[in-house]
Amino acid sequence: MSWIALKMLTGNRGKYLGIILGIAFASLLIAQQASIFCGLMLQTSGQIRDIDARGADIWAMDRNVQFSDDIKPLSENDLYRVRGVPGVSWAVRLYKGLTRSRLADGNFQQTILLGLDDATLVGAPPNMILGSLFDLRKPDAVIMDLEGYHLLWPGEKPRIGKRFEMNDHVAEIVGICKASRTFQTFPVVYTRYTQALEFVPPERKVLSFVLAQPQPGLDVHEVCRRIESQTNLRAVTGKQFEWITMMYFMRKTGIPFNFGITVALGFIVGTAIAAQTFYLFTIENIKQYGALKAMGAGNWSLMGMILLQAMLVSTIGFALGIGVASWFGKIATLPSSRLAFYMPWEVFIGTGLAVGAISILSSVLSMQRVMVVEPAVVFQG
Amino acid sequence: MNGNNSQPSIVCRNVVKTYGTGNAEVHALRGVNLDVYPGEITMLVGPSGCGKTTLLSVVAGILRPTSGSVSAIDTDLTKLSGWRRTAFRRRNVGFVFQQFNLLPALTAAENAAVPLVIQGYSKRAAVARASELLTEMGMGDRLRNLPGQLSGGQQQRVAIARALVHGPQLLVCDEPTSALDHKTGHAILELLRTIAIEGDRAVMIVTHDNRIFEFADTLARMDDGRILSIGREKRGDRALIA
Repeated sequence: MSWIALKMLTGNRGKYLGIILGIAFASLLIAQQASIFCGLMLQTSGQIRDIDARGADIWAMDRNVQFSDDIKPLSENDLYRVRGVPGVSWAVRLYKGLTRSRLADGNFQQTILLGLDDATLVGAPPNMILGSLFDLRKPDAVIMDLEGYHLLWPGEKPRIGKRFEMNDHVAEIVGICKASRTFQTFPVVYTRYTQALEFVPPERKVLSFVLAQPQPGLDVHEVCRRIESQTNLRAVTGKQFEWITMMYFMRKTGIPFNFGITVALGFIVGTAIAAQTFYLFTIENIKQYGALKAMGAGNWSLMGMILLQAMLVSTIGFALGIGVASWFGKIATLPSSRLAFYMPWEVFIGTGLAVGAISILSSVLSMQRVMVVEPAVVFQG
Repeated sequence: MNGNNSQPSIVCRNVVKTYGTGNAEVHALRGVNLDVYPGEITMLVGPSGCGKTTLLSVVAGILRPTSGSVSAIDTDLTKLSGWRRTAFRRRNVGFVFQQFNLLPALTAAENAAVPLVIQGYSKRAAVARASELLTEMGMGDRLRNLPGQLSGGQQQRVAIARALVHGPQLLVCDEPTSALDHKTGHAILELLRTIAIEGDRAVMIVTHDNRIFEFADTLARMDDGRILSIGREKRGDRALIA
């Protein structure tokens, strides 16, 4: 019966394409919006990943820190206390804060400043495009991310030696790096810790985070627990800190809700289009189903036919929708683009499940209609 | 009573069929008695709403009578569950519908193959058997045509091939000539008569078309849910003998 079901479906080109387009639209909207949401959430924690890549496994911070930009300064003593925890191999300073850059033309630009441990440069940018990381040891030296460079000097080819001011101190770009896009879109400037303190107004406590590494062979979570119990600081892994940051934005902003609405709308509109068209297709063929019933086709066979039809249009619609969403993602992640997009496998599976639900909802209505149709309907003129 | 020596394929006794309840109750059949013989054409005639189609549906195992007994091909249909009646129809009944009810996306051969596919035959085997049958019926050059590419008469031939392909003992036809011109209608009835005689099948036809009454071996006139008269036509002289 399967070939009959497929021929019935594909024989009605208009409705066949209509159902596929409805499902493709839903699939596209769900996958694309969910991926943009994931991309935005990744941006909120991008700097943690960048520092993590060439940094330490443990982030120690004030207990009240809620996310990566919520800086609650620590004292130098906190650094020494972390270093004193059994199981900690080493621990270094990290400054993170916002400062104002002043350009040669007099313009100002808010900038994210990262001060790395002078001796080890732990947390340095993972991908250098121009210059050398070790030039950070020069006086007034900073490394800027490429996107930030383009933001400050649009249209200019990146070059080292460019100068600007922070807190009335001259900063000279000695390197251009690739960094994860930030949620605030501000330029990211890396420098040494002691140099960073020159670029910000003086405060009694300036240490933002302590980056630490457990001794080889020790469980990182166990070392975190020891740091927390002995220093009263909060100690988490980079991955945990990423989730803490993302969960903050999910809880405290309307971003998930707004994207959730769009995803839900995609689901509802897709379901409405697909279910209605599929149902109309079934109604249009109800006499044929009645005839099949009269000729001895059982309800299970007919339900199987409808399920097969629904599965076919769902698979094609899903493939089209995911394909277009991926194509959008390809464009969104071009270096020239500032769009957020990240499609993890969970989005792929989630969209597939949503399309599966649309398919089931669509076919259930049709199946119910076919189940109750009397074969005697074929004798009605 | 019937002048036929063979056993009837269908025996209806005091068949009552009522739709709805209370004020909405409709008595479609009010105690119908009818015998249908193999190798013959039995026609049910009468005004619209007289119960012809309901009787056809009951005899074909589509509807269950409210009371009375219906025996078809040695099977008491009133005792069968819905699932068994479906299986009964699958094996023993061929249907020819007024509007042909061919699947528009399937070719003539594929349409005619549908009952075999329902029985579980592979597509290849079913279409091969259906193609043979259609060729025997003079439709060999139309096997790959879609219903929309066929004339009304050709579509009805495909529908008849579909009704015969699985070798049923009972053929039920609902207004088989109403969508056809006079000449084509006669040709279709000639075909049905041949099918009845050569296959020793019971053919039951519901019709309004008095131009085809001459093909009936038995003519049952109905009104208001009852059979008013049963006439037996003798082939050749067409004289009413009962």
